[in-house]
Amino acid sequence: MTSIVPTSKASDGIRTPSGHEPDERGHFGRYGGRFVPEALIAALDELSVVYDKIRGDREFLDELDRLHRDYTGRPSPLTDAWKLGEHAGGARILLKREDLNHTGSHKINNVLGQALLTKRMGKTRVIAETGAGQHGVATATACALLDLECVIYMGEVDTERQALNVARMRLLGATVIPVKTGSRTLKDAINEALRDWVTNVDTTHYVLGTVAGPHPFPTMVRDFHRIIGLEAREQVLDRVGRLPDAVAACVGGGSNAIGIFHAFLDDPSVRLVGFEPGGEGVATGRHGATLSEGSPGALHGALSYLLQDEDGQTKESYSISAGLDYPGVGPEHALLKDLGRATYEPVTDAEAMEAFALLSRTEGIIPAIESAHAVAGALRLGRELGPDAVILVNLSGRGDKDVDTAARWFGMIGEGESAAEASGTRIAEGSPAGPSDEAAGSLAGPSDEAAGSLAAPSDGTAGGHE
Amino acid sequence: MSVAEVFAKAKADERGALIGYLPAGFPTVDESVELLKALVDGGCDMLEVGVPYSDPVIDGPTVAGATDVALRAGTRLRDVFSVVERVTAAGCPAVVMTYFNPVLRYGVDAFARDLANAGGLGMITPDLIPEEADEWLAASEAHGLDRIFLVAPSSSEERIAKTVAACRGFVYAASTMGVTGARDTVASAAPALVARTRAHTDLPIGVGLGVRSREQAAEVAGFADGVIVGSAFVTAAAQGPARVRALAADLAAGVRDR
Repeated sequence: MTSIVPTSKASDGIRTPSGHEPDERGHFGRYGGRFVPEALIAALDELSVVYDKIRGDREFLDELDRLHRDYTGRPSPLTDAWKLGEHAGGARILLKREDLNHTGSHKINNVLGQALLTKRMGKTRVIAETGAGQHGVATATACALLDLECVIYMGEVDTERQALNVARMRLLGATVIPVKTGSRTLKDAINEALRDWVTNVDTTHYVLGTVAGPHPFPTMVRDFHRIIGLEAREQVLDRVGRLPDAVAACVGGGSNAIGIFHAFLDDPSVRLVGFEPGGEGVATGRHGATLSEGSPGALHGALSYLLQDEDGQTKESYSISAGLDYPGVGPEHALLKDLGRATYEPVTDAEAMEAFALLSRTEGIIPAIESAHAVAGALRLGRELGPDAVILVNLSGRGDKDVDTAARWFGMIGEGESAAEASGTRIAEGSPAGPSDEAAGSLAGPSDEAAGSLAAPSDGTAGGHE
Repeated sequence: MSVAEVFAKAKADERGALIGYLPAGFPTVDESVELLKALVDGGCDMLEVGVPYSDPVIDGPTVAGATDVALRAGTRLRDVFSVVERVTAAGCPAVVMTYFNPVLRYGVDAFARDLANAGGLGMITPDLIPEEADEWLAASEAHGLDRIFLVAPSSSEERIAKTVAACRGFVYAASTMGVTGARDTVASAAPALVARTRAHTDLPIGVGLGVRSREQAAEVAGFADGVIVGSAFVTAAAQGPARVRALAADLAAGVRDR
């Protein structure tokens, strides 16, 4: 009898220290810390104390495990993407299926933990920011389940490009507040959430959705996501008989990436590669590749890399993917970059969308556009490493929310039309829109060839958008 | 005049000091200089020159809107130093209020050096706590600048003690839990916070966040050493220097009514 793999439980990520802890004030090397108003320090101190307490609290840990098993659906499977691998130099690509979690992404790992913590602290109201809406949906879900009042801040631009998730949050009973300041995206949603928190901190917990922000968020959110890597490491060893050669994940704030990377930090043979939103190409300035192109600075409560001008003003980021469209990044990633333990590369909108289509066609899995950046990265790694390579990809979310964006990109529907309205339209009749001529053309052709031409090696940064 | 002298003078007059905030570059660099001078003409004892920043998380819509206008008008950090230089040259004591990232990016020591050279007296840092301030502590010593950290109603006794120990010049008591903005009533937490802070320091204590009327100024001056007014001046600035001067005069009367 062999044991059923994986044996790791969600609580393992918080119960067992990872061996890569920040100092007691939350510094990862020079990064992290607390760059916040004094008014928030008491709440952050309380959060640190309560978090430390529950790490050894059997009742809390059991409840977390029960929810992740019976509600989230953990463990998430590991899927061999054989046909995708044929387009990646024959490498073996394994997908960690966080897209199959309840609510459709990895975000629920963190949210259930923080929602339970909110109850522990005796708070009754939860606020959160969201970019793509995945964290907002997960938070609204946990609040519905645990009877917490829920307010979600979302940039107005994002409420438009992720309208489906806005509707989901409202169906779940949350109040969604479109943020109209600044670039009207994720960065500004975080500003607004911080303003709410500093005003209502007595009753309210801020369920921060990524591994950024002031201490203890980068550590706590990471620990709630460590289960991704803990499970995946066991699953790959069981399936392949050895560790992967590389682990690929997309990086916006960096939560899914840190969650899967962490289990491999002490395995020097495993390359850890984060794929950042290259947008229209880093040379154009229209991107969100914070680690690749940014410099150290303080934003949203922590010192880390960020996109800023020479006066320290935050630059607006851009990505087709709302969930990666953020000019900051978690402080532990900044340290991993400086140490060289992980590397970070940009993936353009065009490359991500090509991978989006390819994974859909070859494996029957429509990924979130965020996760499509990791898939594009895996194709790049596979072509580099060759047919013997084993590449683990964190498929952090599913693409239901992105169908409209994708249909538009591939010219399947016209401007102002929704995917649902155009559902009677045959793909071949879709008028190829300017920037996506090639992709739309190949999608409209015979499917075998389409997959082939979509998978043509890209030259790295140039895409159909240029 | 140093920050300590500004407060000492007000104390000798048996009144509160009035400290007025406006952002550099709002609505333009030149106009902001005129508006800041109008604060002093109206009766402010000291100026707080705001550094426009892209992500002002502790500011409400009034101040955030004004700093956004300043940034869109192209205000740069070097303009902030020039504004400080022009108002201090006119005889107005001034400190700057700045989020920390522009300082980090400029270089903490270089920022302190250029601020001191411009005649600035110190820096209020709303998103910097003493634990993260090693570089600023050293730079402020090197360039003779005052350090104004904030205490809040949620601060523990231990934190208040630690924070005031790092301060020099005065202590900024953020009277409400929330963002900047004028309010109808003075927060009930303010007197208690000032009393708790006094137990740990002999430094003057300025109270900010929410004051907009003569009556409120008088009330705050009754328990604090300084009354800090921002959003109300920003709102008045839309109607020009005369309106700013009139409001400053009204509030200056208030700090003498206590």
